[in-house]
Amino acid sequence: MQYHTPATFGDAVAIASGAEGVTRFLAGGTDVLVQLRSDLVEPDNLIDIKRVPGASDITKNPDGSWTLGVAATGAEMSEHAELGRDWPGLVEAMDLIGSTQVQGRATLTGNLCNGSPAADSVPAMFAAGVTVSVTGPDGMRQVPVEQIPAGPGKTNLAKGELISAVHVPARRAGGGDAYLRFIPRTEMDIAVVGCGVNLALNGDTITEARVALGAVAPTVVMVPDAAAAIVGTTLDDAALAKLSEAAAAACNPIDDKRGTIAFRTHVAGVLARRVARIAYDRAKG
Amino acid sequence: MALDSQKTDGFKQVGTRPDRPDGVDKVTGRARFGADMTAPGMLWGAIVRSPHAHARIVKIDTSKAEAMDGVKAVVTRADFSTSVAPARGMRGEMWNTLENVMAGETALYDGHAVAAVAATSALAARDAMKAIEVEYEVLPHVTDVDKAMAEDAPVIRADTAEASVPEGMHPNVVRYHESGHGDLGAGFAEADLVVEEHFVTEATHQGYIEPHACLATLGGDGKGELWCCTQGHWNVQKVCAALLDLETSQLRVTASEIGGGFGGKTTVFIEPVALALSRKANKPVKVVMTRSEVFRASGPTASTSMDIRIGMKKDGTITAASGVFRCQGGAFPGAPMEFTAMCAFAPYNLKNVSQIGYDVMTNRPKQAAYRAPGSPMAAFAVESVIDELCNKLDLDTIDTRLKNASKEGTQASFGPKWDRIGLVETLEAAKAHPHYSEPLKPGQGRGISCGFWFNHGGETAVSLALSEDGTAQLAVGTPDIGGSRASMAMMAAEELGIPYENVRCTVVDTASLGYNEISHGSRVTYASGLATIKAARDAVKKLCARAAAKWGIPEDAVKWEDGCAVPSGPNAGEHDPMPLAKITAKMGATGGPIVGHFEATPEGAGVSFATHIVDAEVDQETGKTSVSRYTVVQDAGKAIHPTYVEGQFQGGAAQGIGWALNEEYVYGDDGRLQNATFLDYRIPVASDLPMIDTVIVEVPNPGHPYGVRGVGETSICPPLAAIANAVSNAAGVRLTQLPMSPPRILRALGTHD
Repeated sequence: MQYHTPATFGDAVAIASGAEGVTRFLAGGTDVLVQLRSDLVEPDNLIDIKRVPGASDITKNPDGSWTLGVAATGAEMSEHAELGRDWPGLVEAMDLIGSTQVQGRATLTGNLCNGSPAADSVPAMFAAGVTVSVTGPDGMRQVPVEQIPAGPGKTNLAKGELISAVHVPARRAGGGDAYLRFIPRTEMDIAVVGCGVNLALNGDTITEARVALGAVAPTVVMVPDAAAAIVGTTLDDAALAKLSEAAAAACNPIDDKRGTIAFRTHVAGVLARRVARIAYDRAKG
Repeated sequence: MALDSQKTDGFKQVGTRPDRPDGVDKVTGRARFGADMTAPGMLWGAIVRSPHAHARIVKIDTSKAEAMDGVKAVVTRADFSTSVAPARGMRGEMWNTLENVMAGETALYDGHAVAAVAATSALAARDAMKAIEVEYEVLPHVTDVDKAMAEDAPVIRADTAEASVPEGMHPNVVRYHESGHGDLGAGFAEADLVVEEHFVTEATHQGYIEPHACLATLGGDGKGELWCCTQGHWNVQKVCAALLDLETSQLRVTASEIGGGFGGKTTVFIEPVALALSRKANKPVKVVMTRSEVFRASGPTASTSMDIRIGMKKDGTITAASGVFRCQGGAFPGAPMEFTAMCAFAPYNLKNVSQIGYDVMTNRPKQAAYRAPGSPMAAFAVESVIDELCNKLDLDTIDTRLKNASKEGTQASFGPKWDRIGLVETLEAAKAHPHYSEPLKPGQGRGISCGFWFNHGGETAVSLALSEDGTAQLAVGTPDIGGSRASMAMMAAEELGIPYENVRCTVVDTASLGYNEISHGSRVTYASGLATIKAARDAVKKLCARAAAKWGIPEDAVKWEDGCAVPSGPNAGEHDPMPLAKITAKMGATGGPIVGHFEATPEGAGVSFATHIVDAEVDQETGKTSVSRYTVVQDAGKAIHPTYVEGQFQGGAAQGIGWALNEEYVYGDDGRLQNATFLDYRIPVASDLPMIDTVIVEVPNPGHPYGVRGVGETSICPPLAAIANAVSNAAGVRLTQLPMSPPRILRALGTHD
């Protein structure tokens, strides 16, 4: 195993492009190192990108949008008061991952690239409309976060490509987001169902909505029907019932040790209602 | 009969709460646990495990592994004793243990050891392990207890059943228990209401935080040293010697600090393997289990399938009770079904009662003891039915239990007459506790349960050596799994009349004392405590003799008071009290070292009962349960160190909450364990638990000098039932299967299929 600490993303891309065998990028390492230690994978090349200058920065841009470095940790996000005011749902989703120790290492980008459908921050990123910079042998492109996951443990990134920055849109007035997950315990667990909702209001009426679900399909999924169910409403009971139905209808889960198909489908509907209410209250301010 | 010399009040040390002597070591990292020991030239061992639930081992090719750099030894079953013979039931336990430690012809469960390798680094050992090629012929498997009893179940091992098993049963049913008294038919006929219900519990793991670890050295001369984390190193010594054809005394075993055991460290798994590797490599070998290995290949408790039938009159009198308890304990005899059966109705004074137990083999890891083995499941089933009867007959759950409670002189459901017991006192204390009368909030339910455990005495040896400066070195042989070094030092200090800090209690190695049975059966504070008191009294007798010689009066004219020898009465003459340190300062010249001893198998371990009160809330939309309030009331006989007694009470409740709500062994259709990590084997985290309130009831045990009853195990007997009753009352539907995970609760509520 070769361990690399490139100084630029360009160098990282060059190493990854020319690498044989299994390559893993390392930022916080909260997935990669666990996989190594439990003997699930032994990479031929381990490319540590957290030493790239700026990789840990959290920056508010002049237009109100945010740029997060790929090694910015959950703890750094949670301690950033202004980010939390703009995107409480995104920050709370990231903050749910693991323990205090894990929060000191874990990153949005790692959570995304690990490819787990149960990743907590990913439905929140989907809902928020986050985009990521993908740097590769052919240069850099900016893509919606929804285009990254390909299936359990898989992404759509090509050989030599990596994510080099995370872009969170500006929070406009009358907007709010939220994330909840269902776990049988109170913490230190993996989502049986996760749900992220981001809303914009005009007065009491929802004008825009994005709803995403985790752990109910091979990847985190956007649920446009669920969003449509509440746009134009004041989130009354009828709208919540439709939201619930649409969320459940979007589920394509599996039966496993963490939950059954019937349970996940039912709870997706319950969570969608609960999360939408929180996002709505936040949007109203 | 109470001991003539029983002392139940006027204590100076007993009942106080000093710091534990191992506390600083543990919080500073100085304490040495199983994996903390190293030796010059040490190798690392790794164990090859079956990926199949049931498979014939056709061939093991170790040649590639042996050719690898750094590999020093490979062992298979051929490197263990050939003189240990199989036998039916528990008579074959030594062979069962050998077969479990290293598979013979057949791999019997996912995770069963089939070979092992020692190499110069942990990584080299892991790589070499992967290079060992095992050819398997996969066989049909069964992991469910009811399916394993069915006619078409694969036979795990023929000719294992004891003669007591009724004819016509499947060969996987290997042991049978039957007990009770009275006339069930007549009893049920007298009842105004009979409730009958089927219950199921899943296997749960003890979940100790420290994985099994050991460091073994064994030479070709048959002399060995073993460092390991265990609840009983004399047992490790005996079993390892048998499995490797050694002379017992040539193997010295030292118990490390232990990071939890709860019964799971009362047997051997890796120790004989490390010794076999060491003998072959002629180097020290260290083996440390991974967490996955702990789940797959050390002992969880039994899973059960149970049928309970209880009849009750409108006034709450139980007229008859019967239970059938089917327990699977993996691919070997030993599931604790007789304990399940015997504990089930122990709290009740019953005219008509019957209990039947079946020990069933399946393709799962060999079960190991888990805190009151078998009793919590029995209480879950029986106490759920009692709760249901109380609900249907509109009776108070504590009054009904009091009406039927076992007392001194009651004939127990399994035969003997009870000595002085404290069940009624725990029920009365629970009833008087503010928790029981606190109004429930909407959505909450309350559950009550009693629980019972036998407790145990066992072979015990203790030695207490006095130092010249008047301090004492107390050598015990029972590994400290619950603060016992503190309570032993307190009891020794109480008898000697010296400060607690002046006694150092050490858990010594197998070469330093006679045989000490394992720290199990809640026996340590009872048996090692009794032995400590007797050893201290032996030392006191010798101290008095030295004073008598000095004063020139008879030995029986001297008594011990407040740490000093004093004349026993006016006839003994006028002598100033002679303090302990003054006697020990001169002991070399007055007869030599002063050491007190006690060796025996005490048989007066008093049984212990408990009553728990639990409030729970159920989220009706998601099936998620939270335990909002919890109170443990238990008879401790006499609490030596109340903080550690309370710790045992709280620990049992905490483990019970996990078992009741989320912990379970999940097997796939392929017979492989699906959740061999703490991520998916869901023990409670700290934030899952409420503050667990405790009430110590003290009804002295007549069999201990201070009245001590063991407390470690009884505390896990009531929680499953108490929580199930709380959840059932909150949800409005009876939960009959553990764990009561959210999907199961939603199913019970009829939310979905």
